Amino acid sequence: MKRDASIALVLFALVALLPLSGEAYWMRLGTTMLMYGVLAMSWNFIGGMAGYPSFAVAAFFGLGAYAGAVAQKFGVPMGFAWVGAGLLALVFAALLGVALLRLRGHYFAIASLVVAEVLRELVNSMTGLTGGGMGLNLPIPAMASVDAQARFFFYVMLLLAAVTFTAMLITANSKLGFGLRCIQQNESAADMLGVDTTFYKVSAFMLSGVFVGVAGAVYASWVYYIEPPDVFDVLYSVKAIVMVLLGGAGSMFGPLVGAAAFLSLEELVWRNYLEVHTGVLGLMIVLLVLFLPKGLISLSQRLGRRGKLR
Amino acid sequence: MSALLELSSVTRRFGGLRAVSDVTLSVPQGEVLGLIGPNGAGKTTLVNVITGVHPASAGKVRFAGEDITRVRPYQAARRGIARTFQIVQPFPGMTVLENVAAAAMFAGGLSYGQRARDEALQHLRFVGLAEVANSNAAALTLAMRKRLEFAKGLAMRPKLLLLDEVNAGLNAAEVDQALELIRAIAARGVTVLIIEHLMKVVLSLCSRIAVLHHGELIAAGAPQAIIEDPRVIQAYLGKRYARAQAGAHG
Repeated sequence: MKRDASIALVLFALVALLPLSGEAYWMRLGTTMLMYGVLAMSWNFIGGMAGYPSFAVAAFFGLGAYAGAVAQKFGVPMGFAWVGAGLLALVFAALLGVALLRLRGHYFAIASLVVAEVLRELVNSMTGLTGGGMGLNLPIPAMASVDAQARFFFYVMLLLAAVTFTAMLITANSKLGFGLRCIQQNESAADMLGVDTTFYKVSAFMLSGVFVGVAGAVYASWVYYIEPPDVFDVLYSVKAIVMVLLGGAGSMFGPLVGAAAFLSLEELVWRNYLEVHTGVLGLMIVLLVLFLPKGLISLSQRLGRRGKLR
Repeated sequence: MSALLELSSVTRRFGGLRAVSDVTLSVPQGEVLGLIGPNGAGKTTLVNVITGVHPASAGKVRFAGEDITRVRPYQAARRGIARTFQIVQPFPGMTVLENVAAAAMFAGGLSYGQRARDEALQHLRFVGLAEVANSNAAALTLAMRKRLEFAKGLAMRPKLLLLDEVNAGLNAAEVDQALELIRAIAARGVTVLIIEHLMKVVLSLCSRIAVLHHGELIAAGAPQAIIEDPRVIQAYLGKRYARAQAGAHG
């Protein structure tokens, strides 16, 4: 655990140096990467540790974005609105978890997939509160320059990513994380051994919701304008899963490595193959998952093992 | 001796099928009770009723003086009811030690950390698996997996251990080892309920035998009386077994 914490500290410190580049492009890319990292790490709680293939990331993200935006519309200061959005996502995840986590496998996946759709329709129809399909404008943070704003949101995302990582590290090295691993391996056997499976699964689901909710609210403030199809986009769920699988499910650094790798691939492919970029990207991901089922993170373990004398 | 486990008129229905029908049975503290009967008699269902996997449709299950008819499996485990499965169920991606430590933590009530691991290692020594403590559970042979089930059961600090055909699939030497292990566990004061098809095992271990047939308890009593009971012979043991026994005694 100490080793992981030290590696993470160095990693986050290095990322924190990014604003020195002074380029808006890199700042935007860095902020997006950290946000993706939060989504991927959050998915790791329920999908990687407990083995429940959740597609609810988009639901938590959109919920957080709208909660933060609506709260600010009513004059709640930005920081409080973000925290409030996280808490709302936490409570929502608890209620949703009690209902959905009775399902297993594909059934759970499908049920969690429709949650974002339901929320999107709700937001669409609650025009008075949310602006419906016209979207919602957010107050632009009063800051000296556009650069200062970009830096501000970069550091907020960095902080959020660090908090999420810490939560993941603590969970993985606790009774909760161990119980989740038991559930992932064999749920009925875990039940027989005294694991309160419902409580553990709902806890994991709540952890997978809270940080995504905050990320959604921060995202809304960052881009000043949100609309339902943007923040309830199912691609947030899909990307989170792809990133974790790419990096290595259930591992500590897998989600972060996956987020960085995914975003780099996305940028590279998009720049070089403008017309067919989604196809090329999809193909590369399929190949990676096929040939590296335990993710990119397993590469380092493989190399490490090769280095050792037998 | 007070009864540790008391079943009163327990019935479990699956749709129109009465898998367990009106079973009344009391298991005193410290007893080794054998549960026998033909395939499909409802033996495993009875274990599932006790552990809360398939709660009783009617009747009551009392354990250590408390009503546990409706408790969930994890609650039964924490109260001290451990079971092994007919088809062994280790966590395949974990080490042998982690498997046992999980039992020590979640049912045995230990917190996450070194103590649970130490205790797990002790149980592994007891069942003779200390050498493979750090191997993957999926790599064990069947006989070793059965012993792992014993270690997990013990780590749960059970008052009652339910053994569901722990000897199925083992060769004669392995069965003898398992027998010794069960004796040693019973000697620790753990009450044992054992489902078993091998009469040799049942007769050498059990102080009392209960017989299920079509979900009903058709006999319960001392081993000698059971193997001479005409209903048991007709339903399960068969005439040849009865003649062989008579020959051996006469």
